[in-house]
Amino acid sequence: MKSCLVVDDSRVIRKVACRILSDLGFQTAEAEDGITALESCRAHMPEMILLDWSMPNMTGIEFLRALRRERAGEKPIVVFCTTENDTAHITEALSAGANEYIMKPFDREIIQAKLVEVGLA
Amino acid sequence: MKPDDFEYLARLLRRRSGIVLGQPRPAHIENRLAPVMRRFGFKDVGALVAELRHGRDALARAATEALTTNESSFFRDRAAFDLFRDRVLPAIVERRAGTKRLRLWCAACAAGQEAYSIAMMLDDLKLPQKGWSVDLIATDINSEMIARAEQGLYSHFEVQRGLPIRRLVDHFLQEGQNWRISEPLRRMVTFRPFNLLDSFGWLDDLDVVFCRNVLMYLDPKAKAGVLDKIAEVLVPDGYLLLGPVETPTGLSAAFAAVAGAPGLYSPRVDEGPALARVARR
Ligand SMILES: C[S@@+](CC[C@H](N)C(=O)[O-])C[C@H]1O[C@@H](n2cnc3c(N)ncnc32)[C@H](O)[C@@H]1O
Repeated sequence: MKSCLVVDDSRVIRKVACRILSDLGFQTAEAEDGITALESCRAHMPEMILLDWSMPNMTGIEFLRALRRERAGEKPIVVFCTTENDTAHITEALSAGANEYIMKPFDREIIQAKLVEVGLA
Repeated sequence: MKPDDFEYLARLLRRRSGIVLGQPRPAHIENRLAPVMRRFGFKDVGALVAELRHGRDALARAATEALTTNESSFFRDRAAFDLFRDRVLPAIVERRAGTKRLRLWCAACAAGQEAYSIAMMLDDLKLPQKGWSVDLIATDINSEMIARAEQGLYSHFEVQRGLPIRRLVDHFLQEGQNWRISEPLRRMVTFRPFNLLDSFGWLDDLDVVFCRNVLMYLDPKAKAGVLDKIAEVLVPDGYLLLGPVETPTGLSAAFAAVAGAPGLYSPRVDEGPALARVARR
């Protein structure tokens, strides 16, 4: 089964995203910030990470840079999922190694479409 | 809504656009017609139909347009666009290397997503920069859709269905919550309202026709008519792309399926209108 780690400081967003992803055949795990997410990745590197931008302790971008330095950290497909919806943020995320970008608010259709983009549909 | 009024609307729609209404819920029809009723000042569908029976063309046109289904998205049915990029474009670019001229038609473009998706793929090849003249014509019966397409302004949701984020950044400019297609892409497409039941006299010498996800709404006679007319305006070595549930089989002998390329058709040169075209050349 494909696995996805949902990293977001909002419990509600994590719940909604996890429900959609598990309906779409993913095994899901949650982390409320970048530090917890890194620990989770060290224990089990997921196929995909859905990543918020502004979070306490570590921003999404900082997490992504740290992840890509981990062993096997280049493997997961990273999809940002954030309210930072401007071209500058998107470009920054892509150059930091993000694979796709979801602008909040999102719905099931958007998640599904983005899974197609990254080849995980 | 009275069954009589429903019947009348269904007949009007079929006569003017070829669209078969099927069995939608009356509330659905009323919702679609609500803007038309507001604009023309009718309090309910009964009053609207009563006026339609008097034969007011502007009203009939507005009602017809309101009853079309305009669902679309960028790069809808990815496989079709992969075919366009991997088979159609290389073949026609090679054939037209002498004239450096390409003509494409997007025959039911809704709010422009399909036409701009084609434009993005043409832009990938940098054809205009290499001295090619590219005509990309996009039409739809729904004039409001054509106006939207010309604006090229799409919602947060629309740009996140089928559009890779790279393309969003490369080809759109943000305007508040919405995204507007970039000016170079805008300029690549000529939009105009056009009913597929009308004469194709103004179209000719097309290399590629996208006629996707529209025949599926039409009655068999309209489907056949549209296919035959497309065959007449397509060059003999051109291509037709249909939607995933659409086929010329049993409707028109003018097209043959391209092997190994679902949804892709080429004119049959051995018969019908295509033959006439070859003879004319
Ligand atoms: C479902 S949309 C398909 C849009 C796009 N081709 C796609 O595949 O996403 C169908 C479009 O066909 C248009 N249409 C329906 N009947 C038509 C007719 N007789 N002439 C021209 N356009 C028509 C509708 O207005 C609508 O925008």
